[in-house]
Amino acid sequence: MSASRFRKLSEPGAPSLTLTIDGVPVEATPGETVAAVLLRQQTPASRTTPVKESPRAPYCMMGVCFDCLAVVDGVASTQTCLVTVREGMRVERQYGKRSLQS
Amino acid sequence: MMREFDVVILGAGPAGMSAAIGLRKQGLTVLVVDEQPAPGGQIWRAVESVAPTAAGQLLGAEYRAGQPIAQAFRDCGAVYQPQTQVWQIEPGWHVYMTCAGKVEAVRADRVLLAMGAQERPAPFAGWTLPGVMTVGAAQILLKTSRQVPSEPVWVAGSGPLPLLYMVQLLRAGGKIAGWLDTSPAGAWRRALPYLPDVLGRWGEVSKGLGWLRELRRAGVRRVRGVRSFRALGEGRLEALEYALPDGRSVRAPAQVLLAHEGLVPSVHMTRALECDHAWNEAQACWAPVLDAWGQTSRQGVYVAGDGAGIGGAEAARARGELAAVGIALHAGKLQARQAQALSAPIQERLRGHLRLRPMLDALYPPRADVLDPSDDTIVCRCEELTAGDIRQAAKLGQPGPNQIKAFTRAGMGPCQGRQCGYTIANILAKAHNRPVAEVGLQRVRPPLKPLTLGELATFNIEDEPR
Repeated sequence: MSASRFRKLSEPGAPSLTLTIDGVPVEATPGETVAAVLLRQQTPASRTTPVKESPRAPYCMMGVCFDCLAVVDGVASTQTCLVTVREGMRVERQYGKRSLQS
Repeated sequence: MMREFDVVILGAGPAGMSAAIGLRKQGLTVLVVDEQPAPGGQIWRAVESVAPTAAGQLLGAEYRAGQPIAQAFRDCGAVYQPQTQVWQIEPGWHVYMTCAGKVEAVRADRVLLAMGAQERPAPFAGWTLPGVMTVGAAQILLKTSRQVPSEPVWVAGSGPLPLLYMVQLLRAGGKIAGWLDTSPAGAWRRALPYLPDVLGRWGEVSKGLGWLRELRRAGVRRVRGVRSFRALGEGRLEALEYALPDGRSVRAPAQVLLAHEGLVPSVHMTRALECDHAWNEAQACWAPVLDAWGQTSRQGVYVAGDGAGIGGAEAARARGELAAVGIALHAGKLQARQAQALSAPIQERLRGHLRLRPMLDALYPPRADVLDPSDDTIVCRCEELTAGDIRQAAKLGQPGPNQIKAFTRAGMGPCQGRQCGYTIANILAKAHNRPVAEVGLQRVRPPLKPLTLGELATFNIEDEPR
């Protein structure tokens, strides 16, 4: 399969920061959303569903579809299209049902 | 101490910002809460930072027009609280919200909902595959991330937004694999009855025609009269298949498919508040019933912007200004005569901005299978229930949307029916041979946004309204 399905327009000299997705360091631009960064990855899916574990990726980008849910800095089911990237942010894809943790 | 304001506004788009500016002019105290990190709403997303850049140039003059309004809003003296989610409003008016992991309730004499629109949920088989998105979503990516599809993209649907996005994408150096135009044939015939409006608003019409010309010049392939299409792939979009008017079916490889079938008002909050709503036949959607000032059937709750009915940014601004005058009148800051004098020119402007709407509704009806999706189409994205599942459940007596939810869990997931509500209503209407307006939508229950127990535990119990 080819590279990622979305790309950024080239912006020479644009500031950047680093977050991690499932532990892998990823570059992002200040001000953009976590969902946008996920869409630039080889695996655009942010989660699998609790019912049939089907992969889902960000779909509406405006907070009404709830398909872009992921674990952001330890908080599960976060709407990644409503969260702006921060340096050092930890994003983890969310698989299946949530469970209670200590 | 609970914070108190004369007015709490939900949403910092064209309507919310204009209302806040108007209310501050009349000396009312205002809190504006919004989910986004910066003012502008969806149409002017990130306008303050993007308008002065190269991306601002390619997004066009109408996008950049948001910048001075955002500036006036910043300067108007309203308290502005971005990145905040409101999940419940209770009478008296107490507005419950979460910001940075903390829950707060604020009290207000009046609440103005300026929550805009969402794209009409327009299901087709495969619409849950990664690689399938809405046109609006792709435009938000362009605005907030300067991000475009890597490979030539497929666009399916109709209406002004796909045209505008395709033009913006071409200007950004993106490529279009094809446009599946789902509007029915005979556009000119449908537009003809609105000829006086077309001539009266020629500036707007010629802009749309200009976009079409730009697409033609760029050699964008337009497939007309597409009645249905589906997305195919294992775990991700790999191909799409569409039906031509003559019944032939065509398959093409695809990496990204963007779909759009118009906008509908965001009625989640007004429905949670049990405001009266009316069915809009021309736009196939619900909208809250409002008086001339934008007040709902619940005294003290107002709606402005596309949440009141789809009209676009300029109409939203006018509605925001009208609501501000109405609220100032009801709060005793203006005499009836003053309010009339202030509102007359705004009403005039609003009428102008809404004048083309009936023609646009006639030109771009949602494609037919949105109302009647194939059995294998997922209807409830959250609970992964198909149109076939809903039709099966619809046979058990004559259930309404709330019973369907109890039978199948459709609408019980995190989106709370924002994506499946209309489709379920359409399926039930057809199955039971009733008007869709009579079927209605599912009841909306709080919290309207996800809320963790940890966040709830931050709520100061002394602030609990009695």
